[in-house]
Amino acid sequence: MNSSSGSTMVEKILAAKAGKDRVKPGDLVSVKVDLALGNDITAPVAIREFERFGLDRVFDPDKIVLVPDHFTPNKDIASAEQAMVLRRFAEKYNIKHYYEVGRMGIEHALLPEQGLVWPGAVIIGADSHTCTYGALGAFATGVGSTDLAAAMAIGEAWFKVPPTIRFEYNGSLPAWVGGKDLILLTIGRIGVDGARYRAMEFAGTTIDRLSVDGRLTMANMAIEAGGKCGYMQPDETTFAYLKGRVNQPYNAMYSDDDAVYEEVLSFEVNNLEPQIAFPPSPDNVRPVSEAAGIELQQVVIGSCTNGRIEDLRIAASVLDGKKVHPRVRLLVIPATQQIYRQALEEGLLTIFIESEAAVSTPTCGPCLGGHMGILASGEKALATTNRNFIGRMGHPESEVYLSGPAVAAASAVAGEIVHPKEVIK
Amino acid sequence: MIYEGKVWVFGDNVDTDAIIAARYLSSVEPHELARHLMEDIKPEFPDLVKPGDILVAGSNFGCGSSREHAPLAIRGAGIQCVVARSFARIFYRNAINIGLPILECPDNFSMLRSGIDKLRVNLDQGVITDLQNGRNYQAAPFPTFMQEIISAGGLVEYVQARLKRESP
Repeated sequence: MNSSSGSTMVEKILAAKAGKDRVKPGDLVSVKVDLALGNDITAPVAIREFERFGLDRVFDPDKIVLVPDHFTPNKDIASAEQAMVLRRFAEKYNIKHYYEVGRMGIEHALLPEQGLVWPGAVIIGADSHTCTYGALGAFATGVGSTDLAAAMAIGEAWFKVPPTIRFEYNGSLPAWVGGKDLILLTIGRIGVDGARYRAMEFAGTTIDRLSVDGRLTMANMAIEAGGKCGYMQPDETTFAYLKGRVNQPYNAMYSDDDAVYEEVLSFEVNNLEPQIAFPPSPDNVRPVSEAAGIELQQVVIGSCTNGRIEDLRIAASVLDGKKVHPRVRLLVIPATQQIYRQALEEGLLTIFIESEAAVSTPTCGPCLGGHMGILASGEKALATTNRNFIGRMGHPESEVYLSGPAVAAASAVAGEIVHPKEVIK
Repeated sequence: MIYEGKVWVFGDNVDTDAIIAARYLSSVEPHELARHLMEDIKPEFPDLVKPGDILVAGSNFGCGSSREHAPLAIRGAGIQCVVARSFARIFYRNAINIGLPILECPDNFSMLRSGIDKLRVNLDQGVITDLQNGRNYQAAPFPTFMQEIISAGGLVEYVQARLKRESP
């Protein structure tokens, strides 16, 4: 590596948190974490491992976040027992950021909303979609339960510094096309291992104009391309979002103009169609015009990918005054309690209920085939979620298509996968 | 460490929903998880696999979720190690952290017969031997740092040693 060349944002963050002047891809570093996150599936395993340390305290009770979101409200006795493990641990170790049912949300929608994410932070989470927080200029990555246990004990995690691939998106997004379509397009282009072990830097004029909700959607699915993380460099849009939410100082970092990228890929979006990931893989992506005639039994609008207020507004604008197709079960799941209330105040929930959708309290629920909308053999669902491997939402012989909220809402009305313009005439 | 066993061959992009479906994530017991290993893509597999067997796979093994239940299920079935052309990164670190031996090898073992053919895996040297014909293959060795975690017995043991060193 040329020692006079610059660094990417992630290289700078990892260097700073590892106490080094600079790092390069391939270096192994141990970094101090700003936040360590777990949920009701992954934290019980972490807690069991943590107890083997015999410690009477965690490294910092204010830097651990526990969110029971996968199998909650408790799906069955086993899930209730697991949620209890989190609750007891939070009480015993004085964990400030424990969010109970009725106050919580899906973790990757909840944390940014609650001001727990800021530029330059190192955030690890025992959940693969932890990469979501890169949208706000943090280094955020998914780890396993044992990594979480170690971090809760010593406040550090080890990483191999990833090379960075830069993705440039230019042009203006057409109507009904958003962050979800951009990331599906990208995963379709490079494959589920196309960014394996890489940091994905998302940039370009399209990204500059993309809302925070849209950016969070994109970074959320970096893992589906195998990415270690996905990020946008902080800008005015980021700072406007953070204002009033984050009450502590932070140190935003930026890629140097002469930073070294492993690869640079460009996308021109002026004529982009909404994108659909066909089963059985998130990289089986085609434009919506190639999904004509696919009949659906269930549509899900929600998840850490597309359950935010902007997504619900888009869905409501399509569903307003219409009815869900008689064959279809439409599930709408606002991603956090705050989003749920906001949707209520804006009249969106009324639109959903009038259209004959089933509206749920925040939960990951059907996304991972947990509960709240499991599929039977032979059923097809379209979801604003992030994965569609075999058996993802239920029976191994069910199928899941992935899309953004506009296509999901339109398809719920049509009973088959359609472009929103087929429903909004 | 040297492992010898019968192989089970899987393809590319075997994801964590395939390894252990979400409906089983209420359990953290490896033996319980093992009863459902690969169930949605090979329903008979939990009955076929035997302790001492070796899993062989293509690229991007373990892609998808961070669920540690995936390597736990594999270890719970008594599988000695996993050899793949490449691993998804969260599965890779989870396997190291729980002490499931894994090896990344660019060579193609897909011609081996599942349930019949055997491999010998030398983890320290990263050498894999096809016991049908004696041919050796070189896998990518672990970085020293990760060898330390594995020789400590896993990440918890590694951190325990560090906590001991740091406490007065």
